[in-house]
Amino acid sequence: MKNSFLMRNPSTLIFLTALAAFTIVVTLLSEAFGLGLISTSFVKTLGKTLCLGLVAVAMDLVWGYAGILSLGHFAFFGLGGYMIGMWLMYERTRDIVISSMADAPIPPTTDEITDAIGHQIFGVVGSSEFPLIWAFADSLTLQLVLVVVVPGALAFVFGWLAFRSRVAGVYLSILTQAMTLALSFYLFQNDSGLRGNNGLSGLQNLPGLEAVPQEVVSIWFLWASALALGLGYLLAAWIVSGKFGSVIRGIRDDEARVRFLGYSVEGYKLALFTLTACIAGIAGALYYPQAGIINPAEIAPIASIYLAVWVAIGGRGRLYGAVVGAGFVSLVSSWFTGGQAPDIPLGFYTIKWVDWWLIVLGLSFVLVTLFAPKGIAGLFDLVSDRKWPNRHGADLGPDAGALREREASE
Amino acid sequence: MSTLLEVSGVSVTFDGFRAINNLSFRIGTAEMRAIIGPNGAGKTTFMDIVTGKTKPDEGRILWGEKSLSLRGMSEARIAREGVGRKFQKPTVFEDQTVHENLVMALRNKRGPFAVLFYKPTAKDLARVEVLAAEIGLEDALWRKSGELSHGQKQWLEIGMLLAQEPRLLLVDEPAAGMTPAEREHTTNILVEAAKTRAVVVVEHDMEFVRRLNCKVTVLHEGAVLAEGRLDHVTANQDVIDVYLGR
Repeated sequence: MKNSFLMRNPSTLIFLTALAAFTIVVTLLSEAFGLGLISTSFVKTLGKTLCLGLVAVAMDLVWGYAGILSLGHFAFFGLGGYMIGMWLMYERTRDIVISSMADAPIPPTTDEITDAIGHQIFGVVGSSEFPLIWAFADSLTLQLVLVVVVPGALAFVFGWLAFRSRVAGVYLSILTQAMTLALSFYLFQNDSGLRGNNGLSGLQNLPGLEAVPQEVVSIWFLWASALALGLGYLLAAWIVSGKFGSVIRGIRDDEARVRFLGYSVEGYKLALFTLTACIAGIAGALYYPQAGIINPAEIAPIASIYLAVWVAIGGRGRLYGAVVGAGFVSLVSSWFTGGQAPDIPLGFYTIKWVDWWLIVLGLSFVLVTLFAPKGIAGLFDLVSDRKWPNRHGADLGPDAGALREREASE
Repeated sequence: MSTLLEVSGVSVTFDGFRAINNLSFRIGTAEMRAIIGPNGAGKTTFMDIVTGKTKPDEGRILWGEKSLSLRGMSEARIAREGVGRKFQKPTVFEDQTVHENLVMALRNKRGPFAVLFYKPTAKDLARVEVLAAEIGLEDALWRKSGELSHGQKQWLEIGMLLAQEPRLLLVDEPAAGMTPAEREHTTNILVEAAKTRAVVVVEHDMEFVRRLNCKVTVLHEGAVLAEGRLDHVTANQDVIDVYLGR
């Protein structure tokens, strides 16, 4: 047990314990299973925050560890949401259509039902035909596979083209921005097949489970999100703890040197970029059913920039930093922009947080980058330093024969 | 002795400047060679060409018994073929421990999936211990390499190079910034390595080259000016004119 993975990585154990405790406390305080102190909408906010934590872990892997500043990971997040949204919307519309047609004197044929569903879903963009990309929308299994496959495939193709040409640094960031911008523009079109700027809606209703109240569904999603975050965190911690982690940190610090050691830097970047896109897709697939709606504005370039800001403020290069940053900044952000923060009247001017929040966020990003590059996670160092002084191998005491760091920490 | 690396008629031009001009060079499978030459003679560019960092405009670079062409291979592929390189400035991964640096350099499978599921075997760990002892860092295995002194970083890089088990070592100014005792140790490591593999040392310091006691190639303006024992080339009038005389 002493040599098990969790024992060698105490921060992972602490994180998973804290996550489990958080989930239990929220469940006990929820309307569905406990005291009812937390409203259903806030449970959903917390569940969504866990999904944001998961996509932040992915971002930290690709940026904090491998040094690839991708400003396009929210595109993968959004695609995951679209993939699950297609099934949710199709199934629910089908249920509605079937029940409304049940009273008809002649039972409807399959074609009639399909036409009616198409009319319901695509009427808003002036169409009733199912586009080709909806071919698997009636199968939950296939759409769940697509949640991983579609973002993964896009990341693979994009990464293959970009990394093979040795695009790196700020140029790569710009390319990823261009990718997410192009994708959102494409989805804004009515004939993109995903309902243009209307997006997919009604995702909070689970087909076949209409009888289950939203209080309960919200807790289910909270559990699912917590489970996904826990597993994703474990996977990421395992990846960075071994030699693979060594290599990607090497790539971050000195790409050329890694190449001369015989490692194919492009292959590693591509593998990691694709993997993190898949993780982002899963996070998105859990996020949007809790949000209830997804539209192309969700994958606008600014969303991916927020993601980078969360990870930077939380502390990049360590996984819990990313989760803490995503959780803290997104919750504070929704508090300020949700109109809950009280306005500050200055007499001549009233500070409305809805308008000023972005400026506060931008300023804190600049300040963190300049003065606290370790981010919020740097605060954890203060605690752990007190317990395990990081003396860089120097003597613990003034005497030459005193204990050395390694003996003392055993 | 069979030839390990044969470079013939290689030229490379940067923006009209001919950095390497019809250069030919060959080295055997177990041989030490020192390359000297004034600044801008093309010593580092030569290393860049062999390791694949710079693509030559023309010429052939043949490798090993099967005479594989290294031209057009990626840096990583060339490194896997057995060309190891040490840079002028010590470049180790400063954020990682000496142990991690050495494990990363050990000759093992380099693919992402093999590395993901890699677990160090007892043999690998023993090899790391041996290497650390050889480079005098056995007590510093768990320290971050960024904390090491300049000389220790140089050694760590040499250790990583040995861990790769390359057939050809390209070493750029290994003794720069070292104390006399450290130089002595470095010389011993290199001479030892040259018993089983080819070692090419680029060095400015004549005293260091003399200690290596090997064949010397003098580069000038991207081409070979003279080749032979150190005493022989230093007596050469051309060499005196372009290099030693100034």
